[in-house]
Amino acid sequence: MSVLEVSDLVKHFPIYGGLLQRQVGAVRAVDCVSFTIARGETLGLVGESGCGKSTIGKTVLKLMEPTSGKIVLGGTDITALKPAAMWPHRKRIQTIFQDPYSSMNPRLSAGTIVGEPLENFGIAKGRERDERVARLFERVGLRPDAMRKYAHEFSGGQRQRLGIAKALSVSPDVIVADEPVSALDVSVQAQVLNLLIDLQEELGLAYLFISHDLAVMRHISHRIAVMYLGRIVELTDKRTLFSTPLHPYTEALLSAATAPDPKRRRKRRATVQGDVPSPANPPPGCHFHTRCPYAKAECKVTSPPLREVAPGHHVACLLR
Amino acid sequence: MTALLEVRDLCTQFSTLDGVVRAVDGVSFDVARGETLGIVGESGCGKSVTALSILRLIPPETGRIASGSIHFEGNDLATLGEREMKRLRGHRISMIFQEPMTSLNPVLTVGTQIAENVVRHLDVSWKQARERAREMLDLVRIADSRRRIDEYPHQLSGGMRQRVMIAMALSCDPQVLIADEPTTALDVTIQAQILDLMLELKEKTGTAIVLITHDLGVVAETAERVVVMYAGRKVEEAPVDALFERPLHPYTRGLMAAIPRLDVDAESDGRRPRLQEIPGLVPRLTQPIVGCAFASRCGLATDRCRTTAPPVVDAGGGHTVACWEARP
Repeated sequence: MSVLEVSDLVKHFPIYGGLLQRQVGAVRAVDCVSFTIARGETLGLVGESGCGKSTIGKTVLKLMEPTSGKIVLGGTDITALKPAAMWPHRKRIQTIFQDPYSSMNPRLSAGTIVGEPLENFGIAKGRERDERVARLFERVGLRPDAMRKYAHEFSGGQRQRLGIAKALSVSPDVIVADEPVSALDVSVQAQVLNLLIDLQEELGLAYLFISHDLAVMRHISHRIAVMYLGRIVELTDKRTLFSTPLHPYTEALLSAATAPDPKRRRKRRATVQGDVPSPANPPPGCHFHTRCPYAKAECKVTSPPLREVAPGHHVACLLR
Repeated sequence: MTALLEVRDLCTQFSTLDGVVRAVDGVSFDVARGETLGIVGESGCGKSVTALSILRLIPPETGRIASGSIHFEGNDLATLGEREMKRLRGHRISMIFQEPMTSLNPVLTVGTQIAENVVRHLDVSWKQARERAREMLDLVRIADSRRRIDEYPHQLSGGMRQRVMIAMALSCDPQVLIADEPTTALDVTIQAQILDLMLELKEKTGTAIVLITHDLGVVAETAERVVVMYAGRKVEEAPVDALFERPLHPYTRGLMAAIPRLDVDAESDGRRPRLQEIPGLVPRLTQPIVGCAFASRCGLATDRCRTTAPPVVDAGGGHTVACWEARP
């Protein structure tokens, strides 16, 4: 059963211009995106800058109002909930950021920061709160006596552990993790990825894992959605994605990625040329046709729907 | 064959409120004519400071090259006068950085910025320099160079800005190009384009490249030889194939086991495998490190490792490692 169901999600950001500052256009950051995540599952959202992956994360968290579409969290439609009505549901969906430090008050101790949601949601206070926070610290691999320290006294990896402890404090069902290991050195990245996998297996958490790093994606995800200019172009389980990618953009991403193997260097080639077009003015038809080596005339006019071509394997391409 | 650039026992230090930081602590390596040398390591290992030391761009208010030498074309760059250094930078040795927007002047057109460098170092007129700038934009494959030459940096995409930086760096045919994380801020498809371009231009111009990166994948696919740094020291150096086939230093091995692999399907039984963690933290560089810098995090460390710094051992075939316990 899925804990998060997103259907036909659209998020447009208006562009204002001219003398009267009227709306002259819109950035179509997210353009009709649908997916589900089951309990204990990681869905990876991968794509390059500006593809809308972070906007999906923020919209699902209701930090932004969607333009249209539907978000169902654990059976409750939260799409139109106003902040007060959303409040009780916030416990069930939490987030981890790329840079946890910027979201931590430098004047509060680490224990206070991690325990804040417990007080805010009226779950625990005083001694009980402190005991719970101490257990959370142990669970994420920090010493409980570090509760008295301040955020600046922790290393990058330890701060990410604090961010994870804070997200876990209210026992959520879903965690949106937006580039949680991108700022970390590889040796520390390994520690955080292992921790996230352990927690998922122990607590049955569902992760919406947002990253630009295909190797990290391959490691942590069960299924992966590849995004390009606001749309999902391919969605399937990770093994299929890496063994038989069907969308030309997925193919290009995989061949452009570097791997720590010198023998691969002769194989790798930049198969797509040019830059990603602006999401304020995406090309008509298939968004990828301007860079696609296989594009045909019909690709320039017809927008390809996301079709299921094999069980669980969805592709938005007219040619496949 | 004699080396083009010889760095010997380089020590670069910074004075901070916490004490003297030994950012680079006795590093030696050579760069041969026309080769690509990768310098790899995690944050704070001293790889960028090594690059800045070669170009003598260490801020004099806080930092200094404390000892060592940097031999290049008959000069020691560690002690060369600032006037002579100015003649070398952007001419015989150039550098490109991670974020091109911060190194480009926002109020000058890209053509002016490239031509400026050409006029500064070569005996040419402004008109000739502008023509050279246009040729360089063609060389780095910026389409429609006649129009782009009069554009400002903000009108270009991130990938194109990095191409402009490369055009500027190569405009006076340098012997050495130092590239500090040149593709880290770029998307993967653009990164692939820029790496391909750098390698292609290296073949065309014969410029040696010193590629500084934290990304083992980038090193594997571009460098011919690799220096691995940890806590300001060189721990291993090898031809790229040897390093990835047979890493000898426990730190290098740890790094390779810690990265998730794109090219290997390790999940045979349907479970996600655990990545190998390197326990602990990098030592503070404000205190002198006794013994091997990696000893506190190393599974093989003995008492000798904690008291005496390991010598650099030759493992054959140009592969050297600084470790007491590594078995060549």
